[in-house]
Amino acid sequence: MKLTLGWLKEHLETSATLDEVVVALTRIGLEVEGVDDPAARLAPFTVARVLTAERHPQADKLQVLSVDTGKGAPVQVVCGAPNARAGLVGVFGAPGTYVPGSDITLKVAAIRGVESRGMMCSMRELQLSDEHDGIIELPADTPVGARFADVAGLADPVIDLSITPNRQDCMGVRGIARDLAAAGLGTLKSLNVPAIKASGPCPIDIAIEDEEGCPAFYGRVVRDVANGASPEWMQARLRAVGQRPISALVDITNYVMLDLGRPLHVYDVAKLSGGIVARRGRAGESFVALNGKSYAPTEDMTVIADASGPLGLGGIIGGEASGVSETTTDVLIECAWFTPERIARTGQALGLSTDARQRFERGVDPASLDDGLAIATRLIKELCGGQPSEPVRAGEPPLSTPIIDYDVHAVEVLGGLKVAPDRQRQILRELGFGVDGAWNVRVPTWRRDVDGIADLVEEIVRIEGIDKVPSTPLPRAAGVAHPTATPAQRMERRVRRAAAARGLNEAVTWSFISEAEAAAVGGGRWTLANPISEDLKVMRPSLLPGLLAAAARNLARGAQSVRLFEVGRRYLADGERPTLGLVLVGQRASRDWRAGKPQPFDLFDAKAEALALLAQAGAPADRLQAMPPISEVYHPGRAGTLRLGPKSVLAEFGELHPNMLRAFGIDAPVAVAEIHLDAIPAARAGGRMRDAYRPPLLQPVTRDFAFLVAADVTADALVRAVRGADKTAIVAARLFDRFEGAGVPQGQVSLAVEVTLQPAAKSFTDAEIAAVSDKVVAAAAKVGATLRG
Amino acid sequence: MSETDDLNERLLADIASAETLPALETVRIAALGKQGSVSALLKTLGGMSPEQRQVEGPRINGLRESVSAAIAARKAALEGAALDARLASERVDVSLPVDAGAQGSVHPVAQVMDELAEIFADMGFAVATGPEIEDDWHNFTALNIPETHPARAMHDTFYFDERDANGHRMLLRTHTSPVQIRTMLGQQPPIRIIAPGRTYRSDSDATHTPMFHQVEGLVIDKGVTLGHLKWTLETFVRAFFERDDIVLRLRPSYFPFTEPSAEVDVGYTRDKEGRRVIGGAEPDGWMEILGSGMVHPKVIAACGLDPAEWQGFAFGCGIDRLAMLKYGMDDLRAFFDGDLRWLRHYGFAALDVPTLSGGVGA
Repeated sequence: MKLTLGWLKEHLETSATLDEVVVALTRIGLEVEGVDDPAARLAPFTVARVLTAERHPQADKLQVLSVDTGKGAPVQVVCGAPNARAGLVGVFGAPGTYVPGSDITLKVAAIRGVESRGMMCSMRELQLSDEHDGIIELPADTPVGARFADVAGLADPVIDLSITPNRQDCMGVRGIARDLAAAGLGTLKSLNVPAIKASGPCPIDIAIEDEEGCPAFYGRVVRDVANGASPEWMQARLRAVGQRPISALVDITNYVMLDLGRPLHVYDVAKLSGGIVARRGRAGESFVALNGKSYAPTEDMTVIADASGPLGLGGIIGGEASGVSETTTDVLIECAWFTPERIARTGQALGLSTDARQRFERGVDPASLDDGLAIATRLIKELCGGQPSEPVRAGEPPLSTPIIDYDVHAVEVLGGLKVAPDRQRQILRELGFGVDGAWNVRVPTWRRDVDGIADLVEEIVRIEGIDKVPSTPLPRAAGVAHPTATPAQRMERRVRRAAAARGLNEAVTWSFISEAEAAAVGGGRWTLANPISEDLKVMRPSLLPGLLAAAARNLARGAQSVRLFEVGRRYLADGERPTLGLVLVGQRASRDWRAGKPQPFDLFDAKAEALALLAQAGAPADRLQAMPPISEVYHPGRAGTLRLGPKSVLAEFGELHPNMLRAFGIDAPVAVAEIHLDAIPAARAGGRMRDAYRPPLLQPVTRDFAFLVAADVTADALVRAVRGADKTAIVAARLFDRFEGAGVPQGQVSLAVEVTLQPAAKSFTDAEIAAVSDKVVAAAAKVGATLRG
Repeated sequence: MSETDDLNERLLADIASAETLPALETVRIAALGKQGSVSALLKTLGGMSPEQRQVEGPRINGLRESVSAAIAARKAALEGAALDARLASERVDVSLPVDAGAQGSVHPVAQVMDELAEIFADMGFAVATGPEIEDDWHNFTALNIPETHPARAMHDTFYFDERDANGHRMLLRTHTSPVQIRTMLGQQPPIRIIAPGRTYRSDSDATHTPMFHQVEGLVIDKGVTLGHLKWTLETFVRAFFERDDIVLRLRPSYFPFTEPSAEVDVGYTRDKEGRRVIGGAEPDGWMEILGSGMVHPKVIAACGLDPAEWQGFAFGCGIDRLAMLKYGMDDLRAFFDGDLRWLRHYGFAALDVPTLSGGVGA
């Protein structure tokens, strides 16, 4: 919502300066987004007369002007404008002046060898219009030396306000003036509503069939009007606030809307067939609106129609066919009240936003119909002539407003601010509320947003000054602050920082991915109905696509080693699953003077990260079993899952299927993992006290065993069997070698295991060690392993 | 000169001239070995008369001790020289580079969320979470934003075609405020929570991304006023930006779910390079950083609480923006690109854990 200071003063008797008005507006909740003061912007430009104009000696299209600026001797200016001539009165900018339309600062310069000490300006150079065919020509009697902004009537600063959706009343200048008056910036002038001398009944019938959508429709015809251009003062105001002047009749409706927040519409009576009715849309109907687009109103929408069909969407947009033009002689003024919910639904359904919709859907003052009609009629009579008919009043606007049983302590109880009762009463009354002796507060018709005590508190606090609310500490519990993080939050923090400590870089990628990316990881469950782009359409069922895309971008930028992780949610049919995803791409170790060639990442790097992070997350790492992968994104033979049991999958890791790499355009070694944080069992709650422990006094001993097993027996199965061979003596078993080839039968592998034995009270005898060894060999035999001879 | 003196002189000369440990060993064997010259003399002691032994004993034993001592000294000297030579040969160029290990980092959004949790924990706020795929009741209706409310259109909502069991349209939450609703429905007051998380709006330009992060704050209790809100925000902002000279400006505003409502501006000054820096007792200008207000009685009632008994305040703030203002990033889109160079520059070390004693900034 834009307004000018001059326009504001039509409604507000005030001596406040622009700055004071701007500060007050923001203070009371009418946020100033910008102030444009053309007088300040154009202050250096003055009126000047061209005394002589001669051909430039070096250029055909340039002239050398002698200019009287009203100060001192004439100034020499080189000018290329075709209309520059002796006697012309125009606008002069001296050296040092900033020219806003060209974004340059003038300086004394030689143009083709002739010195130029300033510039005669065009409209475009002053950002007043796009006109650039020649320099500005002012009336010959304009005083030379005067400030151009003053003589051109540009001295009216424009204030741009951001009006919140609750303040329909401030979508007109008068409402803003009322708020400022209450804030102590002046007095609200009384609204001059003319008594219209009418001649004869309205020749157009007005009826309401859709009382729900259009409870009231007032109107009248003005005959014998002449619809030319509106006067300059009105055009200047409309232009200043961003409205394009069209014709007097249209400009009047826009002016009243901006002035009073009261939308109106005008119809050319000659283009109407029969009476006018506010009714629901009907199947098969359509009309072309003033924006040139065709709309087909549905039965859920309110249209204004005549015998020929719909003319426009009530309260949103009028139709092209029934609109006024230069040839209009008889005009029908519409001043109606449309139900906000209906307007909102219709506007949403059609995706159509107009000045009228913005006001009607927020709730136009239902008491403004008669006044609006009278003021519009007077303006038409004044600007276009004509004879007004009697008004027609179909239906009744909903005038009743709530009465709030106000508690005068509420400002302190809710707002924390002490305001004397008399002051509270004064504020409410100046805002238009009715207050009786028992604090029954009647809400004015233009404040549809107010319906409870909290609303009244807001009104009093914002006018009294929210900066006066004293800062009050929240009560604090005794002692030091208690921990607040939940176990899940603590786990998330630990795995994040553990991953960073292990050299991984945390990324945050989009929660939505493309359909193709989602399909590559098995398809997403949630697809946006209105995505912002095809790339951001499906809620990710996996963190891998986003991370792989980021990795691919890094490779394209020349990265040789990418370690990325993300902690975020996967969006599945049954919920949002907290997950840690990681991708390792390219080189695990770059070429090095000690280690030699670069080392590529492989699945065991991903497994190492997964296990380390699971351990940090509190998963029982020694009970985890490596099993085949589930997801088809993985290489079927070079990937796996880490599970606590057949159903309990805590992580998936491995190298990717070649199809997946192709889908993401990655041509480098890749290993990835996803850890399902929500699948990790919660640690059992207990005290801080640890189990009792004393380090063993005796040294452990180790024995190595090499076994031959079938190639499809997993290392894990063998090590577990060995580990379990003697639960008291054996404290660890670790595979340290794996060999296939010469000396090992086809289809078998050699696996070497180091077994650690811990003596308790006394050292092992040879016989005891031999007994344990036999148990180890026997246990290994159960998984088909034979001791290598 | 006796025979022993001659032998002593000769052997000491041989020892001194032994240049290597093996050469010295040869001399030792030649003198003290079983067949050695000194050993041969020692053996003659047995065939001597007592008187003769009285004289020759000390002389021959003196020879043995003299030779043994000389060999030991020479051996130590040769071993020392050999060690010096070995150490000299083992010298390396210590300026050769070492493997620094991969340099991991924590994303600024996560870091700032941890900072927020730490600051608000001190004020007694727990961290709450809620779903990002929401329904329009929790995201709008319960927050006093009915279907036809103009504020719904202002939210640029992402919708799904699905509806939940109650017929509510599913959508991506446009703010973290539905966590207010879920918290009030799920627990009895008094309530003090913050709710950080991802939020979504169909908006994309230089300063807006379709996904961004917000933190919600909610206090529900008895006797909580706008004054408590003001104190909480001042305390939070000063702790977060680690400056006590930060000035806040509350501006009356409008949010459907709070009444009264206020937007909060924070004063900034400009540094030498002209960048805006939060703080300064006399601000050069104001920046809007959050929206807030007293929870609307209708919202409290929608959550099954009695607004006559319980009241409180709520606020919402952009986390990405907080990070940018504190740490100086100027491009929001870079937050979600995963560019390693950016992550290493603006990210945080694993051990930069915000704590009250160590500071909530890094």
